[in-house]
Amino acid sequence: MNPNYTVAQVMQLVLLALIPGIALMLWFFGWGVLTNLLIACLLAVALESLLLYLRKRPIKPFLSDYSAVLTACLLALALPPYAPWWVIAVGIVMAIIIAKHLYGGLGYNAFNPAMVGYAALLVSFPLEMTVWPVASGGFGVLDFHSTLLQVFGSGFSGWDAYTHATALDSMKTGLSLHQTPSQLLQTQSMGLLGGQGWEWINLAYLIGGGWLLYKRIITWHIPVAMLLGLSLFASLFWLYSPDNYPTPIFHLFSGATMLGAFFIATDPVTASTTPVGKLVFGFSIGALLYIIRTWGGYPDAVAFAVIVMNMAVPLLDTYTQPRIYGQRRGL
Amino acid sequence: MSNTDTTIYRKIIKDGLWHNNPGLVQLLGLCPLMAVTTNFINGFGLGIATLVALVASNVAIAIVRHWIRPEIRIPVFVLIIAANVTLIELLMNAYFHELYNVLGLFIALIVTNCIVIGRAEIFASKNTPLHTLLDSTMMGLGFMLVLCVLGGLRELIAQGTLFSQAHLMFGESAKALTLTLGANYHGMLLAALPPGAFIGLGFLVALKNGIDTYLKQRSKTTPLKTAPLTTGEVA
Repeated sequence: MNPNYTVAQVMQLVLLALIPGIALMLWFFGWGVLTNLLIACLLAVALESLLLYLRKRPIKPFLSDYSAVLTACLLALALPPYAPWWVIAVGIVMAIIIAKHLYGGLGYNAFNPAMVGYAALLVSFPLEMTVWPVASGGFGVLDFHSTLLQVFGSGFSGWDAYTHATALDSMKTGLSLHQTPSQLLQTQSMGLLGGQGWEWINLAYLIGGGWLLYKRIITWHIPVAMLLGLSLFASLFWLYSPDNYPTPIFHLFSGATMLGAFFIATDPVTASTTPVGKLVFGFSIGALLYIIRTWGGYPDAVAFAVIVMNMAVPLLDTYTQPRIYGQRRGL
Repeated sequence: MSNTDTTIYRKIIKDGLWHNNPGLVQLLGLCPLMAVTTNFINGFGLGIATLVALVASNVAIAIVRHWIRPEIRIPVFVLIIAANVTLIELLMNAYFHELYNVLGLFIALIVTNCIVIGRAEIFASKNTPLHTLLDSTMMGLGFMLVLCVLGGLRELIAQGTLFSQAHLMFGESAKALTLTLGANYHGMLLAALPPGAFIGLGFLVALKNGIDTYLKQRSKTTPLKTAPLTTGEVA
């Protein structure tokens, strides 16, 4: 993290860098992205204030560092648009209360709060968490009224017609039915490179992430190592058998790859802090991402990969301490 | 019964149920505590099995404690405990066969439950059978209480029901006991999985510590209020 910025400035810049991705998601999925973001942010700020009050901490300085808002935004963007309000609420409770404040608040949390919230939701509500709307473009499929029905009410009646399996999901199902990746890329839920719409969203996050690099909010180590780890494994298997494994490009531009690489894995609190540690951390996330996506039972794997590597961070940081000039090499 | 006896009994009861609760304070026997408590009845069933094993083996150990040489006490304790647990396992297999199938390995695993051997080492090997009877009953009840509360909580959150498999223990008529939280409740599966057990137990321990702190603060502040009055009168 760049010492020239305060925590609040860093969080604000990261939020700004999310804007291109958010804008594209709005274009492809519509109002549901906005309701996700609004509900998550409101709840996160409310819970953050409540927890700070209960822990007898000053509320204003901690609340105005935007960390709760950023956590909420990352979680909201990872959730399927038009998620029911109670799904978002449970996720935010897990993220802010359990993953953040029970560990001691910002700076003390061992696990990425947004990803803990996401993982808890994914194992708790598999149905609600895997229903993604079709990325139709033109600000989505539902008008505002139907969105409210879907999010707050008992559900919009024709909702099923607007949803489909995500690209990663249909790729996995298709491959298990002995279809080839090139056949599958012709189907309806796929786009040019990755999932339909997803390639553009990933590109937008890539641009936002590049801007963060330019602003020196994050260093290159984690994103580059993570994308490298993912591409390396994907290329190896793709070269070995192009009929059974999709291309590395597909993996790079599907699901939450870019969001994960630039915004989630780079969380300054839970990521490794030494240069070598960052490289190992990022590379392992990329490798795990490929392994869980290909052979695991869940639609996307950024959350699990990040959480598993969060556990390894203390070890990585201990063994990769840079040598201080004039000191002996430690460990 | 002399006065000192009642204070000892009172202390044993309080320790087992609250101050030294095996589940919440000693954190012993976590493996069955976590693994079995996916619903209330499982917790209750294993709680009773543990209670009986604890009482039977510890009273037996307290009776023969003078004849056990200290060098070989642990193997002897384990033998006595294993014999008792085997008896319980066979009895459960005979009379509560369905519950036995659900709890499975965890009944046999009571042999290795740290609470049983822990109480044998700390209490039964040094105290009279009567005191041991009370101590192991209270420790067993304290453990059962935690199993039931955690099991009930996890069942409520994960499935939205309570006492759902009561017929395994109390016969077919007990099916009516099952409470449901409303048809609209989407179960939160996390509570039924291992992380749910850890989070739930963490909250129970926190609750217990919170109550203790609250009680301590209250007992601290009440004498302070009365103290100046008495000193003032004396002066």
